[in-house]
Amino acid sequence: MEPLTLRYTVDGDSFTTAGEASTDMKRSLKRIGADADLIRRASICMYEGEINMVIHGGGGQASVTFDGQKMEIVLTDRGKGIPDIEAAMREGFSTATQEVRDLGFGAGMGLPNMKRYADEMVVESKVGAGTTVRMVLYDDPQRNA
Amino acid sequence: MTVSQLADALNLEALCGSAETMDAAVAGGYCGDLLSWVMGRAPEGAAWLTIMSNPNVAAVASLGSLSCVILTEGVRPDTQLLQRMISEDIPLLRSGEETFKLAGKIYKLLYA
Ligand SMILES: Nc1ncnc2c1ncn2[C@@H]1O[C@H](COP(=O)(O)OP(=O)(O)OP(=O)(O)O)[C@@H](O)[C@H]1O
Ligand SMILES: [Mg+2]
Repeated sequence: MEPLTLRYTVDGDSFTTAGEASTDMKRSLKRIGADADLIRRASICMYEGEINMVIHGGGGQASVTFDGQKMEIVLTDRGKGIPDIEAAMREGFSTATQEVRDLGFGAGMGLPNMKRYADEMVVESKVGAGTTVRMVLYDDPQRNA
Repeated sequence: MTVSQLADALNLEALCGSAETMDAAVAGGYCGDLLSWVMGRAPEGAAWLTIMSNPNVAAVASLGSLSCVILTEGVRPDTQLLQRMISEDIPLLRSGEETFKLAGKIYKLLYA
């Protein structure tokens, strides 16, 4: 399988077009013939991360690399940061504004979804400086067996 | 059961969907309006019943590999949602029925 390297700049002020990077990633993974379950898991992880960068991080950069076996997704923003990562990882924890909640976000399930569908996930954040989320996913036919 | 068979059986109004995606199998269903719940819980190929009508619905349906979106309770889509469903080529259906009742009927058709 052809190795893949993708880079995106995620715009921080449009909630309505959010998801473009994830959609493009999904298309690229399909094109090289990646496993369908891997594509779905990666799409969920990438979308939740992309949306978090938009609604909490003020936009940022996303990169995806895939060698046919191991995929790494890195999302970096220079937003307000996460004061308590452990709390943020908890199902239901959200600081989303009412405006964003009205669109259906803010359930506090994004980070838990990423943790669930990625094989490895590390969140690094500094208040006032920004957040980096690194996820690794493996093409593992055993995962759903 | 395909999306178009489901639409016919339950009198759903099809707002968009190509011949190919209308012919895709409906594999289960999910009801919900909180996007990350749907993203995390809706099974692949599910029919998604919701009253959310903004364009983010299209992103969730597409990235979550769902078979179709059904707007219930008489909700109409934002123009931007309809446009995005067309460009992503995912069937968008609508119904005047309550979510609970429609979900019950779909459950019966799929599993009973
Ligand atoms: N990139 C980020 N920058 C700053 N804060 C973040 C970032 N990502 C997550 N957070 C914080 O972590 C909380 C939990 O994130 P999570 O994605 O789980 O839920 P949510 O985004 O609030 O709602 P949902 O994802 O269900 O729509 C957020 O409400 C926010 O406070
Ligand atoms: Mg989130």
